[in-house]
Parts: sequence; C-alpha cells; structure tokens
Amino acid sequence: MPPSESGLSAPSITAENLSKHYGSFVALSNLNLKIEGSKCVGFLGPNGAGKTTTLKIFTDMIRASEGRALINGIDVHLNKKKALGSVGALIESPEIYPALTPREALSMVAEIRGLPRAEARKKIEETVAEVKMNEWLDKKVGKFSKGMKQRINIAAALLSDPEVILLDEPTTGLDPRGQAEVRDIVKELKKKNRLVFMSSHLLNEVQEICDEVAMIDHGKLIVYDSLSNVTKRFSADGANVVEIELSRDIDEQSLKMNIASLANVSSVERLDSRRIRVHFSGGIQNQERLLSDLVAMRIGMISFRPSASALEETYLSLIKDTL
Amino acid sequence: MKRHVLPSSVSQVATITKYELVNYFRSRRFFVLLIIGLIISALLTTLVGYYRPSSFLSSTLSFYSGWWAGSITFVIILSGIFYGGDAISGEFQNKTGYFLVANPIRRSSIYIGKWLGALIASIIMLGVFAAITIANGIYYFGLNIPSQLWESLLFSLLYLIAVLGFTFFFSSLFKTTSMSILVTAILFLFAFTLIQTLVEALVKIEPWFLITYGAQIITNVLIDPYPATTTQGFGPNAFTSYAATIPEGMAILLAYFAVTAVLGLLLFERKEFT
Repeated sequence: MPPSESGLSAPSITAENLSKHYGSFVALSNLNLKIEGSKCVGFLGPNGAGKTTTLKIFTDMIRASEGRALINGIDVHLNKKKALGSVGALIESPEIYPALTPREALSMVAEIRGLPRAEARKKIEETVAEVKMNEWLDKKVGKFSKGMKQRINIAAALLSDPEVILLDEPTTGLDPRGQAEVRDIVKELKKKNRLVFMSSHLLNEVQEICDEVAMIDHGKLIVYDSLSNVTKRFSADGANVVEIELSRDIDEQSLKMNIASLANVSSVERLDSRRIRVHFSGGIQNQERLLSDLVAMRIGMISFRPSASALEETYLSLIKDTL
Repeated sequence: MKRHVLPSSVSQVATITKYELVNYFRSRRFFVLLIIGLIISALLTTLVGYYRPSSFLSSTLSFYSGWWAGSITFVIILSGIFYGGDAISGEFQNKTGYFLVANPIRRSSIYIGKWLGALIASIIMLGVFAAITIANGIYYFGLNIPSQLWESLLFSLLYLIAVLGFTFFFSSLFKTTSMSILVTAILFLFAFTLIQTLVEALVKIEPWFLITYGAQIITNVLIDPYPATTTQGFGPNAFTSYAATIPEGMAILLAYFAVTAVLGLLLFERKEFT
C-alpha cells in the first residue's frame, strides 16, 4: 500500500459482500469492491441499479442488510464518526436550511469537522470561490436555485480537504457551465491525490475525468477496471464510432461497397435510409481522414459526429435494460 | 491535506444546538411564537385590568393560579409543536438531513443538539411569559410572590422537557412534518384531555399514564390547600376526582421524558434516508 501525501496509508473504500434489501426488492446484491489510492472512479449504472444505495451505505444514511462498508479500513456503520472523518460526501441533492446563509451552513460543517476558526473562515471563502458562489456567501440559501444549492453542497463536501470524496451525480441541476466547472474541480482533486468515487449518468463526464469505472446493474457489480481496459474488453471491436446524417437516401450497396471499404473502417450500420453509423479504428487522424474521404464521396453528408464513445458502447452492451 | 482532529460529541452537540437556534431566529419561527405569547399576555393584562375579576384578584395564589397555570400548559404545548413537531421529520422530508448526516457526527449528537435548541428557545419563551406574569402580579400584590409560583415554574419546565421529548419522538416516528405536527397537536390539545375525562368518569381509575395528568401539578401547587383525590356519591354513581400528588406528577413527567427520549433517539438512529 503506497503512502499518501499525508504520510498515512493510501485512501481506500471497500465494499465487502454488501447487500441491501427492501422486502423482496434487492437494491444491492453482494457487492464486493475495493478502490484504493488517489484516483477518480466513475460509478455507472441505470436508474435503480444501486449506485445511490451504495453511496448511502458508505455514508451510513442507510444500513446494509448484509456485508460491510469500510473507508480507510474503518467500518462506517460501527464507527461512523471516525470513518467519515476523512470523507467529503455529496449524496443526492441535499437541501440546506433555507434561513441560513452559505457562510453559516458551511461554518456549521466546519465546526462539526473540527476546523479551527481562522482556517474555517479561509477555507469557506476559498471553496465558495471555487464553486463560483462568493457573491452569494451572505445571502439566505432559501432564495437559491437548485444549481446554486448544488454548488454550495459541493463546497461543503470539499471544505475540510478530505482525502476520500463520494459524489452522487454531482452535476445534477447544474447548467452546462456549472457541469464543466465541477469536472474541472474533480480534475484538480485528482492532482491533489484524492480518491474520488463518483456516480454519474453522464458517460462523457466519466470518460473525461475518471481513471477507472465500476458498472452496476440490478444491484450487481458487472465490471470494475481501468477505463481503457473496460472499453477494450467489452467494445465489439475496440472501435470509435461516428454517426452520419445524409441529405438523400443511401442504398445498401453504396454502404457496403464504398463506405465499408474505406481505410480504417471496420463496419458500417444503416440506422435508417438517411443515417448511418461507422465504426473505425485509430485516433483523431483517422477520424479526420474518414471525414475527408466521406466528403469526397459526395454522398450528401450533412452531419458527421461521434455518436457514441467507446464507454457508451461498452455501457450499452453490458447494460441492456433501463429500470 | 491536513487531518483535522474531530471535536468531541459534546462539542458537536453544542454546534448543532447553536445552528438550530440560529435557524429558529432566522426563520422567524421563534418570533411568531413569541408574538403569540405576547398576545396571550396582552389579552390577560387588558382583561384583568379592565374587569378586575375576583377569581384572579382575591389572593396572590389565585392570581398566579389563574394567570400562570391557566395559560402556561397551552404555551408549552405550542412550543412543543413549533419547535419539536418537525425537528426530526423535517430532516427527512425537506432533505436537510442529507446535508448534515453525511458528516462525521453521530446521529445521537444531531438529535440531542436539536432537542437542546428547541428547549432553549422554549425556555426563552417561558421566561418572557413568566416575566410578564410576575410583573402583573407585582402591580396588583406588590413584591409578595408566593413560593408556590417558583415550584410551579419548575414543574412547567419539567412539563416542557417531557413535551419536547414526546414531540421529538413523534417527529422521529413520521417522515412527513405535517403528520408529526398534526398528531402532536391532536394528542396534546384534545386527545389526552378527552382520554383523561373518559378514564376518570367511565373506567374509574387514576389516569397516572397520561402526561396531562402529571402536568396538573403545575396548577395544583398554586391551590391552597393542595387538592386531594376525592369521591362524590356512592355505589355505581360515585365519581372520583383524581389529583396527582407532587411526587406522582414529577414521576409521570420524568417517565414520559425518559421513555419518549430513548424511543425517539432509537427511531432516529435506525431510520434510513431512503
């Protein structure tokens, strides 16, 4: 176990045979997962797959029916205070007491977490500036939009500089700029050697910022590996995919004879008479070449865009149903 | 990355209490209840000053019995409903608990901190009401304040503690604030009194299991001589009027607090933020 920056052992979260039942409904089934070290792990799955249930067990908001949830080796349920001492968490979209200001709400969190008064004041201003809410620091939270509250929630999770950060769909309620800012914050956390475990529906978000990915469906862990290994293992051909829209119909013969034979193209699918999906190997240069080849073919192409990332393809191949 | 030393649970309780009070003051809840208390006081001051009822002004004890004991149980119940009714259920329904519970703090610290916040806010309310009562008493009877009033104040505090224990229990039992507030209001404003009357008249047993019966000591201590259990009539037509003695009343109130506080805390510890 490599030492972390603080001189302590590397941050870790561990699920041991973790299950959660609500009567006959199985929300989580025998989850075994050990995440260790400084990294960002994306936690993916359809609605009701068990992502939030897992994160709630890790923050002792709900109890596991069976198994244990450990943070840095400490059982969260048996010793919540100690286990969560080094954890910042954002579960669902919490509401903050509407009569309090962000400064007061964050001061409460700082006092609960034992930040000295002067440091707390400085950290509150820093984290609130980080989530771009400094102008609202002394306004009542009750007047805030959902996105503004979510920014304060993110500030609360980061306030004590925790080594483990649990985020449950952190960009929920945020506008595109807010989402990009959260992604930047998570990227910065990775640079500071934090362990970030983040559930999300946004595959491009996970692909952009996470090093590893865990996928869960119907309460069962399907895969946990590095992003590149997962996409290689489960993608049909390890290919990139672009979706092309045409201004006129394309026949099956042109598709197979002309497009499928282009360099680096591994397969072509006809989605409908004017839309096709092309799988090709290689990086951005090959994508550029494919685009110019298709333009040269004069097939009436009016749009050309990556239709699904490799992660999305993997996700779709592994997770068949959406609850 | 710095590892901060977590404060003791006692410090965390104090933090929760502090911000609970800030929340009460900011949300104007405290001031609404204070205004209700002031309106009750103003009405009593005006009515007693204008009509000079003999039932109030015949002696110091009857004055304090009529003024203090006649109103304080209602004020306490209002405090319980205002501060305790949604204290825990609100954390679930409004999702404010999600902000608090995912921190390194025991749920018991949150529960106790919120309970203390409600108690302090209620004591301030009681203090204001008591000050107005005593000011009126001094106006009519001078500085001759009977010692029984201080006992009654103490029993009122005990009743407040029991009521808050009870309302926090119901607040832990339900996940919706309206349900917990409604049940608490119905129980204290109607149900307990009704049950007590029925138990005394029909079942003919001492209603020692009712919190409102125990709370009678707030009034009884201001009556000279202290009321005793009496039976009127004979045979099947006999009617017994029960009066809780001071030790009985205190034991009932303390038992209510102890049982409901423990049950409420256990419920909150086990309740899930689903």
